[in-house]
Amino acid sequence: MSISLPASADPILEVQRLAFARNDEPVFGPLDFALDRGETLLVEGDNGSGKTTLLRVLAGLLPASGGEIRLGGEPLDHGAHRGRMVFLGHQPGMKGDLSPCENLVFLSGLYGTREGTDIQSALEQVDLAIYADTPLRLLSAGQKKRAALARLALLPGELWLLDEPYANLDRRGIEMVNTLVAAHGARGGATLLTSHGAVRFADPHARHVRLELAA
Amino acid sequence: MNTASLVPAQQAMTRTPGTLAAIRALLRRELLLAWRRRADALFPVLYALIVVSLFPFALGPEDALLARISGGVLLVTVLLAMLPSLESLFRGDLEDGSLEQMLLAPQPLPLLVLVRVFAHWTTTTLPLIVVMPLLAVLLRLPAQVLPVLIVALLLATPLLALLGAILSALTAGTRRSAILLALMLLPLAVPVVIFAAGAVAAAQSGLPYLAPLLWLAAALILALVLAPFASASALRIAAET
Repeated sequence: MSISLPASADPILEVQRLAFARNDEPVFGPLDFALDRGETLLVEGDNGSGKTTLLRVLAGLLPASGGEIRLGGEPLDHGAHRGRMVFLGHQPGMKGDLSPCENLVFLSGLYGTREGTDIQSALEQVDLAIYADTPLRLLSAGQKKRAALARLALLPGELWLLDEPYANLDRRGIEMVNTLVAAHGARGGATLLTSHGAVRFADPHARHVRLELAA
Repeated sequence: MNTASLVPAQQAMTRTPGTLAAIRALLRRELLLAWRRRADALFPVLYALIVVSLFPFALGPEDALLARISGGVLLVTVLLAMLPSLESLFRGDLEDGSLEQMLLAPQPLPLLVLVRVFAHWTTTTLPLIVVMPLLAVLLRLPAQVLPVLIVALLLATPLLALLGAILSALTAGTRRSAILLALMLLPLAVPVVIFAAGAVAAAQSGLPYLAPLLWLAAALILALVLAPFASASALRIAAET
């Protein structure tokens, strides 16, 4: 199944005939879509329809079995383009024995810090400032998710790939994600996020493009 | 949207930190983690102490016999004490998603792997070498052989850690990888043990011992260059599952 969206003026991400197969069994694609600066793309699909796989392919964690990905107009080269994406997977990508603050120090050491932000303000944006020095493993699932989301307020990547960013979050946490994504769009960044129920949560003011993956 | 106003913002957004900053951040994280789990770091030392102190009981307190076997026993003990921690070198990073973050970071992965192995060696194996004089006394190793043994260990253990890192990366995604890793590391460890034990034995009989040490040093340099690349490729494959 393929969905064609109209070509846009200033795309950050362009995907053409992108397909992925695991052991010769097609998982998704071929897909065509483009993502403009300031835009949010919502990938919808049932459990097991390949949302996570699509994000992992776009991040370069999985090799595509066909098609082309272009980032900022150039063919995606994961060596040269690393750091331009921020990836948030199902796992927090953080160490349980370290505090949110220590984890963010490590991430910003690898990725850098966006101009005008610091770890303190990133933790405040996800309402985790009082737990800044508590080991992550002592926090609740929702708080761990918030700690993982704090990287969005800190790291400089322009394309965000968020896999189920709303999972485990309460109403305020969901608003937090929407605020972060909207601010990223206003800066000229773009977001691609997956969710099985995101339509209910997503910020109605943001521009959404739905992408249905065929099972 | 005004494109002109975007350009400086875009440049600021793509500024990446230097490699040195990344190395410092990773070292800091590894040492912090080791400090939080400092009881685990004690395990190899305790293990070696138990094994070494059992030998005189099993063989009888005959100084000449103990002195003759002590070099080999100490080497093998250190090798076995290194094994359990090598198995989980990348396992945790794979399970909690830290590995993905390192794979996607704008930093050379082989370098990050090298830093990771260095931090691992410093926190798990270096303490073993530090207590080596005590272990050597327990096994009646002649005092003039001890410096040769320590140099041999300083060359052999990083070499084994680098070889173990490749295997640990290869087996990171598999279940029950401890046995697999041990089986695969064994043939690679044999030449390392032969050269290290050769240097100790030569020193013990008053023969020149430099040649086997230089062989170890050459192998270590080779592993320092090649192993990080092999481990990095293996980790990329492990992350695909």
